[in-house]
Amino acid sequence: MALLEFNDKGIYCPTADVYIDPWKPVERALITHGHADHSRWGHKHYLCTESAKPVIRYRLGDVQIQSIRFGEQVTHNGVKFSFHPAGHILGSAQIRVEHQGEIWAVSGDYKLEDDGLSEPFEPVRCHTFITESTFGLPVYRWKEQAKVFEDINAWWQKNKADRKVSILTAYALGKAQRLMRGLDESIGPIFTHGAIENTNQVMRRQGVRLPKAKRVSNKFKKEDYIGGMVIAPPSALNAPWMRKFKPLSIGIASGWMALRGARRRRAVDRGFVLSDHADWNGLNDAITATGAQRIIVTHGYTSIFTRWLREERGLEAYEAQTEFEGELSEINETGTEE
Amino acid sequence: MKHFADLYTQLDQTTKTNAKVDALARYFEQADAEDRLWTVAILSHRRPRRTVNSTLLRTWAAEMAGIPLWLFEESYHIVGDLSEAIALALPRQQTENPRSLTYWIEYIKSLGQLEEGEKKEQITSAWNSMGYTERLVFNKLIMGGFRIGVSQKLMVRALSQYTGIDENILAHRIMGNWDPAETSFESLILTKDPLEDISKPYPFYLAYALEDDPEELGGPGEWLAERKWDGIRGQLIVRKDELFVWSRGEELVTDKFPEYHPLAGLLPNGTVIDGEILPFKDGKPLTFNDLQTRIGRKNVTKSILKKVPVAMMAYDLLEWQGEDIRHYPLHERRLLLEQLMENHPAGGVLLLSKTVPFSQWEVLAEERNNSREHHSEGLMLKRKDSEYKAGRKKGDWWKWKVDPLSIDAVMIYAQRGHGRRANLFTDFTFAVWDGDALVPFAKAYSGLTDKEFREITTWVRRNTRERFGPVHSVEPTYVFEIAFEGIRASTRHKSGVALRFPRISRWRKDKPVREANTLEELQKILEVYKG
Repeated sequence: MALLEFNDKGIYCPTADVYIDPWKPVERALITHGHADHSRWGHKHYLCTESAKPVIRYRLGDVQIQSIRFGEQVTHNGVKFSFHPAGHILGSAQIRVEHQGEIWAVSGDYKLEDDGLSEPFEPVRCHTFITESTFGLPVYRWKEQAKVFEDINAWWQKNKADRKVSILTAYALGKAQRLMRGLDESIGPIFTHGAIENTNQVMRRQGVRLPKAKRVSNKFKKEDYIGGMVIAPPSALNAPWMRKFKPLSIGIASGWMALRGARRRRAVDRGFVLSDHADWNGLNDAITATGAQRIIVTHGYTSIFTRWLREERGLEAYEAQTEFEGELSEINETGTEE
Repeated sequence: MKHFADLYTQLDQTTKTNAKVDALARYFEQADAEDRLWTVAILSHRRPRRTVNSTLLRTWAAEMAGIPLWLFEESYHIVGDLSEAIALALPRQQTENPRSLTYWIEYIKSLGQLEEGEKKEQITSAWNSMGYTERLVFNKLIMGGFRIGVSQKLMVRALSQYTGIDENILAHRIMGNWDPAETSFESLILTKDPLEDISKPYPFYLAYALEDDPEELGGPGEWLAERKWDGIRGQLIVRKDELFVWSRGEELVTDKFPEYHPLAGLLPNGTVIDGEILPFKDGKPLTFNDLQTRIGRKNVTKSILKKVPVAMMAYDLLEWQGEDIRHYPLHERRLLLEQLMENHPAGGVLLLSKTVPFSQWEVLAEERNNSREHHSEGLMLKRKDSEYKAGRKKGDWWKWKVDPLSIDAVMIYAQRGHGRRANLFTDFTFAVWDGDALVPFAKAYSGLTDKEFREITTWVRRNTRERFGPVHSVEPTYVFEIAFEGIRASTRHKSGVALRFPRISRWRKDKPVREANTLEELQKILEVYKG
C-alpha cells in the first residue's frame, strides 16, 4: 500500500484516512492553500496553516477549521504530517507526510521567488515528491518581479499621462495583494473591486500590510478614477462593471501572458508576465532540492513534464489526474470556451 | 535592430489603429533610409528569400536551449509560433544589438550559399548577440509570416503621415515587383514615376457591403449597377507588347491563366483593365469552387483548361493609351472600355460586365433577388461620376450581395468527428474579430468535401496550439464562409448571438485571416434579421 494514492476524491493517505486538497467531500481534509480548486466546500474537518486560515474561513464560512504552525507536526494513526512554506500565496504550504521512515511531500501550488508576501518556499527532503506542472515547459521563464513591477508602474504612469484609468486583473486572493504591494503609490490612487477588497480586509486584519485602496463604488465619480489603478478579478473583464472607467487601459498579470497568442486572444492592452507558480527552472530546481527519486506530476503540462523528468533527468516520474486548475481561471480559460 | 524591435513591441502592445500608425510614422522618421525601405517591403509582404529551413532552426534552437528536440517541438506546438517559441526557449541574453535591420536582412540573405555547418554558426552567433524581441524579429525575418496587426493600408497611412505624400500615390508606388536591394527609398517612394515599371498594377478599388436601404444612396439615375461576379478580382495589363495579370492579393498570376496570353497581341499597349477572373464555360460562369480547383495547382494542365476555362469579365478601364485615367468619371471610363473592346475583339476571353438597367430601386432589388440565376453573388452599385480610388473606401462603390446570411469566420478550434469521421477533424468552432481578439460564435460540422476534411486534418495536426481534451485550439489562419438560416440574440454565447443551421459554405483560402468579418458585422446581421 502506497503512503499516498490518488482516488476519485483527492490525494488520499489510506493509513491515516485523511485527504490532501480533496475535490469531493471527505471527513478529514488537509489543505495546502486557500484557492478554490484546493480548498473546496463540504468537508467535515479542515486543517491548514495559521496564516491560511482567515481567508479559508472567510471563503467557506462556518466550517470546522483547525490550524497548524509551519513545521509543527500532527499525527494520525502513526502517520506524521507537517506543513512547510510553498511560497505560492500567503499561508500556502507543501504537506510533508512521513510513515515508518518513508517521506512524501505534496507541493500544492508553489513558486521559488520570494514575493515578499507569502512565506518563502522551503524545499522538503523526501522520497516521493508530488509536484504541480502549471508552467512545465521551457518557454516559461519568469523575469524577476522587480522588473515586472517596473513595467507595470511605467504603464500606469503613461496611462495617467494619457488621462486613462489603468485596470489590472488578477486573482482576488494572492496575486491581487502581491500586485498592490508592487505598485508605486506615488503615481495615483489605487482602487479595488469588491471581491478583492473583501480579501484585503481579511488579510489586513491578520496583520498583513497592504497599500491603501479605495473600494470601487457609486460614491466615486468618473473623474475620480482618472489616473488611478483599479485591481479587478478576471471575471470583471468585459462585464458592465468596467464601463465606468472609460477611457481605460487593461492589463492582465499572469504567467500565461508569456505567450503572445494567449495575450492577444484576450484583446487586452498589456500582458504582464507575473505568476505565483514556479516557472520551468523553478520546477526543476525545486525537484532537485527535494532529493526525491520518485516524482508524481499533477496539473499542468503533465505528460510533457513527466517525460522530461523520466527521459532527461532519469527520475522515476508518473502522471496523476487531479482536479486542480493551476492558473487557468486567471485568464478565464477553461475547456473549449475561451 | 533595436529600433525595429521596439517598433514591433509598440505595434504588438496596442490594438488601436491610430496608435499603430503613429508608432510607425515615428519609426519612419527615426530609421535610416535603408531600414525604412525594408520596413515598407516587409509590411507589404516582401521578404528576403528563405535561406535556412525551419527544421534546422528548431534543431539548433533546442541544442542551444539545452533541451531535447521533442521537448522543443512540444513547446512550439503550445506557443503556436516558431519564431516566438525559439525566442522563448533560448537562454536569456541581456544585450541589445547595435546592428541595423538592413544589416540583419543582408546577413540572412548571405546565408544562402553557405554549408549547413556555417549556417549554424552564423545563426547561433546571431542569436547570442540579441535580446528576446530582437531574436523574435530576426526569426520572423528568416521565416516570413510577419503578422503584427499592421495591414498594408495602415503602413501606407503612416508612410503618408511621414512623407506628406498622398496615400493613393504611395499605394501605387509600392505595388508590383520591386526589391529593396535594387532600389532605394528615395527613388521608389519619393520620386518614382510608377509607370516606368511596365508590370506595375494600380491599387484595387474595393467596395464595402451596402447595409442601408439603397434609397438612401440618392437618385437611381446617378448610379450604375452590374452583377457581382464570383471569381477572383484581377487586373490585366498590356504594356510594351507584354501581358501581366495581377490578382487582388497582389500576386502576379499571368502564368496561371494562359487563356489571357493572346491578349498581349490583341489589346493596344498602355491598357489596364480591372475585372474578374471568372471560370466561364458554354456562355455562363462556373462556380468559385470550380475556379479553386485550378488556383492551387502548379501546372495548368490541358484537362483543367478544358474543364475550367476562364474569361476576364471587364469592369473598368484604368489606363488608356498609356494614360492613367483613374480620375475620369466612371461613365467615361466605361465608354472608353466599351469602345476598346469593340475595336479589339478578343474572341470570348474578354467579356464586358454588362450593366443592369434600372430606373427605380425596387426594380433593382428584384434584380438582386435573382442574382443566383445569373450565377452571381449580388450586385455592385457604382456612382456614375466616381473616380477609381485606391483601397477599400466608402461612398461611391457598394457591393449589394444577395444572401446576407453568411459571414466569413476564422477557425479557432477543431475537434475530431465521430464514427466514420473519427480520425478526421470535422467539428470546428468559428470566430469573428472583435478588435484584435477572436470571439467564437458558431460551430459547424458540414460543408467541406472529404478531401477538404483530410486537408484540414493534416493542417490541424501540425498547427495545434493547445489541447483541451479532444479539442485542439489552432493558430487562427483560415477563413471559412459560414452560411446560416437564422440568427437570434443569445446570452449563453460570448458573441451574443446564436445561429440556426450554421454550415461551412466554402473555404476562403483566398482571404487573409485579418479580413474575416467582425463581431460588429455579425451583430449588425442580428439587428437586421432577428425576429
